[in-house]
Amino acid sequence: MKEKTQPSKIRERGMERVFNWAINILLLFFGLIALYPLLFVLSASISDPTAVNSGKVLLFPKGFNLEGYKQILKNSWVLIGYRNSLFYAVVGTILNLVVTMMAGYALSRKDLYGKKLITLYMMFTMWFSGGMITKFIVVNNIGLYDKWYTLLVLGLVSMYNVIITRSFIAGSIPGELQESARIDGCDDFGTFFRIIVPLSKPVIAILSLYYGLGHWNSYFNALIYLKDKNKQPLQIFLREILVLNQAIDVNSDELESMIERARMAQSMKYGLIVVASLPMLIIYPFLQKFFVKGVMIGSVKG
Amino acid sequence: MAKTKGGTAVAKKKGMSFGQGIRHSWQLYVLLLPALIYLFVFDYMPLYGMQIAFKDFLPGLGFSGSPWVGLKHFKYFVTSPQFSVLIRNTLMLNVLRLVFCFPFPIFLALLLNEARNASFQKIIQNLTYAPHFISTVVLCGMIISFTSPSTGVINTLIQALGGQPIDFMGQESWFRPVYIISEIWKTTGWSSIIYLAALAGIDPSLHEAARVDGASRFKRIIHINIPGIAPTIIILLIMEVGKMMSLGFEKVYLLQNSLNLPVSEVISTYVYKTGLLGAKFSYTTSIDIFNSVINCILLLIVNKISSAVSETSLF
Repeated sequence: MKEKTQPSKIRERGMERVFNWAINILLLFFGLIALYPLLFVLSASISDPTAVNSGKVLLFPKGFNLEGYKQILKNSWVLIGYRNSLFYAVVGTILNLVVTMMAGYALSRKDLYGKKLITLYMMFTMWFSGGMITKFIVVNNIGLYDKWYTLLVLGLVSMYNVIITRSFIAGSIPGELQESARIDGCDDFGTFFRIIVPLSKPVIAILSLYYGLGHWNSYFNALIYLKDKNKQPLQIFLREILVLNQAIDVNSDELESMIERARMAQSMKYGLIVVASLPMLIIYPFLQKFFVKGVMIGSVKG
Repeated sequence: MAKTKGGTAVAKKKGMSFGQGIRHSWQLYVLLLPALIYLFVFDYMPLYGMQIAFKDFLPGLGFSGSPWVGLKHFKYFVTSPQFSVLIRNTLMLNVLRLVFCFPFPIFLALLLNEARNASFQKIIQNLTYAPHFISTVVLCGMIISFTSPSTGVINTLIQALGGQPIDFMGQESWFRPVYIISEIWKTTGWSSIIYLAALAGIDPSLHEAARVDGASRFKRIIHINIPGIAPTIIILLIMEVGKMMSLGFEKVYLLQNSLNLPVSEVISTYVYKTGLLGAKFSYTTSIDIFNSVINCILLLIVNKISSAVSETSLF
């Protein structure tokens, strides 16, 4: 018996090792494909523009040149866009948190009178919405077109996030706590501010990240509902520069020839991608686990 | 899902009269108010406005005051030359997206689940999630820079391998592959999370039993893991089909140019350009409705099929 099982066990262990290697190589392949474009952009943004344009930069930077970044910092529209996006992301996210937490808490309460009807009223909008045109007409009619608060109001709350919040509060804040708060004389407002909000830090982190990312990366609402260039978020200027290839104001007294200017524009583009994605990519590794948790809570059927 | 034990001591709502119920919950209504108003103004009012698809909308008269014209706009759309082009482009792009983008996250999750080195697994996860955080505008900017025939890194590689540079953005035939491949890059890692969660929920005793019976790891993936996440796969598939006709305005619009327009004009971009930029409100609202109806039909069909063959369905 023993003599028989041993060779098969060794073979099994060998198979196991081959299997592990195959898995790891495939995973590495996935990881590298995800990483390469990002790494290339970073390398290209600090390389000598001539080397980038002639295809000498494939992975690692060639030469060292921060001219692209200097031009970005001199470009007033990029700076205005950055400032506006920061404003929309910070103020917008705070408003989002207030509205979403309040709604999520109210919906988590089993004794909410008319809960079924209210839930239906909210869920209905996730499946049926009015379409681009009629929404535009409504926004226009209530005088929300092209105001400094347009984007804040239009992105005020997402039903998906309300449901995440509801599931979180219902699932991880013990009912006994709310109960004892009530016995101590807390009304619903008191319970919300003294019990629910302090205990909701994980979901507040998730919501801030989802909403913050949404504000920072969105351009659709700005495209449709804003006209004034001074109110536009960064993504709109990025579109003009990166996608529509519109001329970037490069100071002509410093850069003489047209060729030089075109060369500069390309390296500025890579720099711009880095600058625009930086806030997200910096916070991302630290907060990744919260994002993942959000997907998990959201995936649980309410 | 774990249900809260909250509300047990709080007055039971059963047996409450309407007045009592309102009085009992009024503070909760106050907390809900901003969200309810938001939905009313930005979802229900536009929904009410959809009636202009059957009217000739005049801004001075408003949604309800504009004169009825019946199915005029629908007839015009269905008989217009754009009709078949738009339907074909929209369906093609979304079917391709579904066919090619949908399997990758499942595959990645199955692989990640097999990784035996926890820190290696973590690194790969972090790398593959990263593209999700890139904005659509930046993604499209990257695509355009990378595919440039003169300076793009992809064409540099093609030339290094002895090929001729390809003008990816300037050729109709490349629009769909470029769209799909970049979509795979952006979404695969992030979408795999939900499958990983489903895999983590599989009963370990199943694996134990299979191991005792001598099943190899590969066999266990096929016979335990894949059936274990099948309900998740089906639910997500149905939801994807439900979004079939509506997804993707931003990216399509950004990648569109005059050269690839014959394949890149989809319903949402057409509605935006004709409706908002061209101010044909009623006509394009009828297209929106048409779109929603197709969407609903697709959703119902897929839901029906899936409940028939697998007993998993959305409703």
